Amino acid sequence: MGAATETFYSVIRRQGITRRSFHKFCSLTATSLGLGPLAASRIANALETKPRVPVIWMHGLECTCCSESFIRSAHPLVKDAVLSMISLDYDDTIMAAAGHQAEAILDETRAKHKGQYILAVEGNPPLNEGGMFCIDGGKPFVEKLKMMAEDAMAIIAWGACASWGCVQAAKPNPTQATPIDKVITNKPIIKVPGCPPIAEVMTGVVTFITTFGKLPELDRQGRPKMFYSQRIHDKCYRRPHFDAGQFVEEWDDEAARKGYCLYKMGCKGPTTYNACSTVRWNGGVSFPIQSGHGCIGCSEDGFWDKGSFYDRLTNIKQFGIEKNADQIGMAAAGAVGAAVAAHAAVTAVKRLATKREDADHNS
Amino acid sequence: MMDAVAPASDTGPNLAAIAADASGERVVGRPTVYVYEAPVRICHWVNAFSIVVLMVTGYLIGTPLPTVAGEASDNFVMGYIRFTHFAAGQVLAVFFLTRILWAFVGNHHSRQIFYVPVHRKQFWKEVLHEIRWYAFLEREPKMYVGHNPLAQTAMFTGFTLFVAFMIITGFALYSEGQGIDSWQHKLFGWVFVIWPNSQDVHTWHHLGMWALVTFVMVHIYAAIREDIMSRQSIISSMISGERQFRD
Repeated sequence: MGAATETFYSVIRRQGITRRSFHKFCSLTATSLGLGPLAASRIANALETKPRVPVIWMHGLECTCCSESFIRSAHPLVKDAVLSMISLDYDDTIMAAAGHQAEAILDETRAKHKGQYILAVEGNPPLNEGGMFCIDGGKPFVEKLKMMAEDAMAIIAWGACASWGCVQAAKPNPTQATPIDKVITNKPIIKVPGCPPIAEVMTGVVTFITTFGKLPELDRQGRPKMFYSQRIHDKCYRRPHFDAGQFVEEWDDEAARKGYCLYKMGCKGPTTYNACSTVRWNGGVSFPIQSGHGCIGCSEDGFWDKGSFYDRLTNIKQFGIEKNADQIGMAAAGAVGAAVAAHAAVTAVKRLATKREDADHNS
Repeated sequence: MMDAVAPASDTGPNLAAIAADASGERVVGRPTVYVYEAPVRICHWVNAFSIVVLMVTGYLIGTPLPTVAGEASDNFVMGYIRFTHFAAGQVLAVFFLTRILWAFVGNHHSRQIFYVPVHRKQFWKEVLHEIRWYAFLEREPKMYVGHNPLAQTAMFTGFTLFVAFMIITGFALYSEGQGIDSWQHKLFGWVFVIWPNSQDVHTWHHLGMWALVTFVMVHIYAAIREDIMSRQSIISSMISGERQFRD
C-alpha cells in the first residue's frame, strides 16, 4: 500500500481510462452541474493534482464487526473505496505489511500528511490500569490513538464501540472502555454508530469526504445527518400497522405471521437513529424487522444497559429490584393513594371525636 | 403574600351584613376575598383537562390497546391516540405559558406557584405548622387568602416544575418525529445532549407522568379536605375566584 500520494487522475489512468474520456467526464460533470465554461478545466485540474485522502484505520477494543461489514459494501463496492477513492495507508487487519514495517507507516503518514489524513478508529481505548487492557504494537492502544489523533484532519469513530462504548463499556465496565470523543476532544469526530454500522453507510461517509473534501454535516450527537437523522420507526415498512394499532403480541401469533408492528415485542425502532429501514443490509436484501425480529437499538448510547431487548421500557436498577418506570410509578401512585385514604380516614375519625367533644362541652 | 388573615378583619362592604328577612330567617354574610382572577381559573381547568387527557393517551401510547382486526389502511387507532396526546400537549404548553405570562400581569396570588420564598424563616415556620396540621398535631388551621406555605411548595414542585419537565421532554420526544430541522428540535433537541439515547428520555417522561399522578391525587385530596376542615372555600374558589371564610 505504501504512503506514496496518488491523485484521482493517476488512479483513473491506471484503471485503463483514457485522458480523452477523463476530459469528457469533466466537461459533462461541469455542464450537468450548470457551471461556467471554465469549470471543466478546473475540475480536471483538481482531479489531476488533488491527492487522494490518506486514511489510517486503527483497531482498539473491538470485535472487527465494523471491518466485516465494511468489506461487504455493495454501493460503492469496497474495492473501489479502498483501492481508488481513498489511500488506505494503514489497517492492521487487512494490510500486507506487518511488524516494524507496518508501524513505520504511521510515523511516515504523520510526517508527510500532517493535518491531512483521516483517522478511522474501530473500537475504543480502555483507560483502566493505564490502558493495559488493550496493547497494540507493544504500547497501550490509548497512546497510539492519541499520537495519531494529534496530526489528523478528522476522526471517524466506527461503530457503537468508538461512538458510545458498546459492550465493553457496559456496566460495570471493568476495563473502563471509553468512547473516542471522551478521549480526543480537540479534533472533529464523526460518529458512525451501529454494531456494526451498515456497510453502505460506512463507504458512504468515506465517499462523501473524498468527493467533497470536507466532512458531512453532523447532528447534535456528531453523527452524519444524511444517515442518522431519522429513526428506524420513521421509515419502517411496518409503520402503517403501528399507526393502525396492529401489534405482534406473541412471537408465534397470527399477527407475527402477518408482519404486524413489533412495538409490543420491545422493538427499539422508535428510539433508534439509523438507516436500516431505508438502506437495509447485505446489499439491500433485508434488515432485522423485515426478518421478524425487533430492532435492538445497536446504534444507540448504552444499548447493552437498557434491560431486555424484548422490553420497550428501560429497567431501573436504583430501587434494588429491577423495575421499569411504569411499575415504579404505579407502585408510587398506589402508595400515595393508600396514604391519602388513610389520612382521610383519620381525619374523619378525629372530626367526629372533636364534634362529640364540642357537643359534650356545650351540653 | 401568604399573610394569615383573621377572616373577620378582612371585611368588605358586603360582609358581616346580618339582617333578618320577613320570615325571620337570618342572612349570614361571610368574609369573601377575590383571589383567583379569570385567566388563572381558565388556565387551571384547561391544564387540568389537558393533563388528564395526556395521562390517559400517554399511557396508551406506552402500553397500546389490544390489536385491532382488519386492514391497516382501515384503522388508525394509534394514530388518533398519538394525535390526541400531541394536541393536548400543545394545548397544555400554550396555557402553561399563558399562565406564566399572567403571573407578570395578574395579582400577587397569581405569582405564588412560581416561586418558594426559601430565604424567609417565617415561611418555613408556617410550613412546619402546616405539616403539624396535616399530622393532626394542631387543632386549628391557619387561614390563608392564597395558598398556604405547604401548598405553595407543593404547587411549585408538583405542578410548575413537573409540568415544565413534561413539556420539555414531551416536545423533545415530539421533535423526533418532526425531524431534526423542525423548530421543536431546534428548541428542545438539547435534551438529547443530556440523554443521548432517547429511550432514557422516554423513561423520564414516564416517571414524570407518575409523579404528576401522585401530585394530582394529593392536590385533589388536600383541596377537598381543606374545603371541609379549614372552614374556607377551596373548590368553589377555583370556579368563582372568590374565597369565602366560614367562621
